[in-house]
Amino acid sequence: MARMKYTGKTVLRMLTLFIAVSILSFLLLEASPVDPMTAYIGTDSTFSEEAKEEILRHWGLNEPPVKRFFKWAWNFVHGDWGESITYKKPVKTVIAERLKYSLALMFAAWSFSGILGYAMGILAAVRKGRLTDKLIKTFCLALQSAPTFWIGLLSLSLFAVHLGWFPIGLAAPMGKAAEEVTISDRIYHMILPAFTLSVLGIGKIALYTRQKFIEILNREFILYAKAKGESMGQIVMRHGIRNTLMPAVTVQFASFSELFGGIALAESVFSYPGIGSALTAAGLGGDVPLLLGIAVCSAAFVFAGNLTADILYLALEPRDGSFVH
Amino acid sequence: MKKCNTRTRVMIYIGFASVYLLGIFFWGLFMPESGYDVNYADKLLPPGSGHLFGTDFMGRDMLMRSVKGISVSLLTAALAAGISSVIALAFGVTAAVFGGRLDSFVNWCVDLFMGIPHLVLLILISFMLGRGAKGVTAAVAFTHWPELTRVVRAEVISVRSSQYVRAAYKMGKSRFSVAWGHVIPHVLPVYLVGVILLFPHAVMHEASITFLGFGLPAEEPAIGVILSESMKYIAMGKWWLMLFPGLMLLLAVMLFDIIGENLKRLWNPDSGNE
Amino acid sequence: MGNKIVQEKENVPVLSVEELSVSFNMYQKGLRRENLEVLHKLSLSIHAGEILAVAGASGSGKSILAHAVLGILPGNASTRGRMLYKGQPLTEKEKRRLRGREIAFIPQSVDYLDPLMRVGRQVMGVRGTKERQRELFGKYGLEEGTEKKFPSMLSGGMARRVLIASALMEEASLIVADEPTPGLSKELAEETLQNFRELADAGCAVILITHDIDLAFRAADKIAVFYAGTIVEIAPAKDFRAGKEALRHPYSRAFLEALPQNEFRPLKGFQPYAGKLPKGCLFAERCSERSGMCMGEIPMRKVRGAEVRCVHAR
Repeated sequence: MARMKYTGKTVLRMLTLFIAVSILSFLLLEASPVDPMTAYIGTDSTFSEEAKEEILRHWGLNEPPVKRFFKWAWNFVHGDWGESITYKKPVKTVIAERLKYSLALMFAAWSFSGILGYAMGILAAVRKGRLTDKLIKTFCLALQSAPTFWIGLLSLSLFAVHLGWFPIGLAAPMGKAAEEVTISDRIYHMILPAFTLSVLGIGKIALYTRQKFIEILNREFILYAKAKGESMGQIVMRHGIRNTLMPAVTVQFASFSELFGGIALAESVFSYPGIGSALTAAGLGGDVPLLLGIAVCSAAFVFAGNLTADILYLALEPRDGSFVH
Repeated sequence: MKKCNTRTRVMIYIGFASVYLLGIFFWGLFMPESGYDVNYADKLLPPGSGHLFGTDFMGRDMLMRSVKGISVSLLTAALAAGISSVIALAFGVTAAVFGGRLDSFVNWCVDLFMGIPHLVLLILISFMLGRGAKGVTAAVAFTHWPELTRVVRAEVISVRSSQYVRAAYKMGKSRFSVAWGHVIPHVLPVYLVGVILLFPHAVMHEASITFLGFGLPAEEPAIGVILSESMKYIAMGKWWLMLFPGLMLLLAVMLFDIIGENLKRLWNPDSGNE
Repeated sequence: MGNKIVQEKENVPVLSVEELSVSFNMYQKGLRRENLEVLHKLSLSIHAGEILAVAGASGSGKSILAHAVLGILPGNASTRGRMLYKGQPLTEKEKRRLRGREIAFIPQSVDYLDPLMRVGRQVMGVRGTKERQRELFGKYGLEEGTEKKFPSMLSGGMARRVLIASALMEEASLIVADEPTPGLSKELAEETLQNFRELADAGCAVILITHDIDLAFRAADKIAVFYAGTIVEIAPAKDFRAGKEALRHPYSRAFLEALPQNEFRPLKGFQPYAGKLPKGCLFAERCSERSGMCMGEIPMRKVRGAEVRCVHAR
């Protein structure tokens, strides 16, 4: 019962935060020196006076900011996210088209970094203080310190240009019609960007898992397991994974924020047509409706990750009596 | 056996890292523009040949440009560390000392800023300020406080509720003397480590957002600009344009991490225990 | 089977520990290292069918002895001295091979069970069988659903029985039990001791580590008195039951006097800390019989059929 109440409270808190994030994004864009009319229709527009008048009324552009926010929010929940200046299409269409590319990319990077990072963390903890541990730690520190876009440039230069193993960019072979693009084309074009994006997360999850498993290894039940003749491998399989996997998955879910930030950089390097490159284009092109739409989507994405993390965290409680929130 | 070899080693790490970072910073700061002058005669030279890091498409020396670029990044990061750490200190202490609604409010603000991907926030702020150097610097400077706020808050709360602080109050010590004698000496090391660990994030974010094109104008030798330019030459096989500047950036970020982590070990010996 | 046990009892001890010292490499403030010796030249031996109680105040390093025997000391520990198992050197490699098989450990509490693993699987360990586990649960009166429970759902008594059952999964010759009774009711403590007696009668050697000397009296055949990281006296339990005159070491006598049912006279002063140990006899500071001879090396010697570490003992 208490758990239900806690979950309810968490969801409520996250919802208010999500709304606040939308307001914040709105205000930040509102405060920009760009003329609102220009922000909504762009500079080189061929709109008639009547059409301009219509947009003015629809988005409440000559009204005070508070009213304008409500106008925008009203339209937003009713599915009208405005028109993207950069792509000359409704914001919703732009986001929907690109989201599937970005989600595939993020999912690939997220799972790859999770699995590899987790394995590295377990290995480092088992070999704590030895050479393997030191190498993994240093490697993780380097990965965490490496800017995502530079890793992208590096892998582009090495694997695509010098070795020629992978294409230089885009989500599909150039000049191929959309319906001819096969799933293997997609995967082939996604490997380098996904690898680049995953680098960001490997270090974090590996170091967290290492820390957590070392903590577990210091617990009394590991001592007892050893005393009962379990080898290190058996301890890892029987107790290590059981006690560290869910916390690690939780942390991995809580890293959605960095993941979303990462796609802007990874997609820019590989001219991959996802949300990230749209975000950059919108920011550089003064495309306020698209920028706002993506900002809200990114907040929703982070919100989903955090909520999953919180629920997983709570789900751990019933089995472990020693659980303290 | 040498008795304090770990301690000595930690000091050496911190010393070397600090000297390198300060060296790069001042070298770049006082570098005359002639250091990276345009010289079309020497364009796109590979590394070696009189230019350790090679030259770019305008014949500018990449070593000099990189040093200058890192130096500019460090300056931005210092500003970010300064502003964000003050915000974090004020917020964290307020939340911990007054508790209740103020505490909830501060936590809510922290969650709010963490509820949106950092890079998206940076883009929004820099967009609001009309891009360019001013926008990027402000964006980086005003967005690095949430995590440090949490750290400061947690630390102040734990010190305040500790036995000896309560004992000191019972002994009739004034608020000021307790703060001076107990709270500050405990919170300060953690805070300083937090401020130093803020540098690598700030450096990286500045470079990232400049790379995307929001930051310094293309003619400035910022590390993000350099790497962004290098992208056009990668397909031509001019790998040195992105390798060395990137390595320097990586090194700077790592060294800040090393300084921070080692200071932590020095001030908190528990973490140094096996 | 009986004959074999008698033979072993007369001949080779199941475990003998000779001059065992254990020290830890610790970091002090500011990352300075220090070597801290916690067990000093400790000797003991135990035969099949015997219960040896190792008794001493809390914090005197008794558990470290147990961990040293099992080879589960932390990585920063180093040991000197020698251990023999059934006459053969008990090296770290041998410990790895024997623990869980022939050398079983019974830990203090339910904290030694993985909180996320069902009890049945934990008792089975890595080599046990479901049948044996069911058989043992039956023997110790653990109802059927117990094997499906998580450790946090066990009561104190159930946890104790589960831990004992774990030790018997395989054919153990030596059982090391670390503080098996605190937190148990009087009846449960009695029951636990009865279990140990049965195990010893079946041919096991049982080392019972406890701070409860009262318990040691009733259950053990021999009692080793532990003080500041070493054993100061090993004597038959009957000597302890006979009263302080029968004992040899001043600390054993003081320990006895401090019991509620005796004079209840606590001993003045504190146990010296590891790292700040006095020279010579570790008990000298608190001893009424102290003399110049106590400052030298104090060996373990035989006095009236028992072993004692005191130059004055007669």
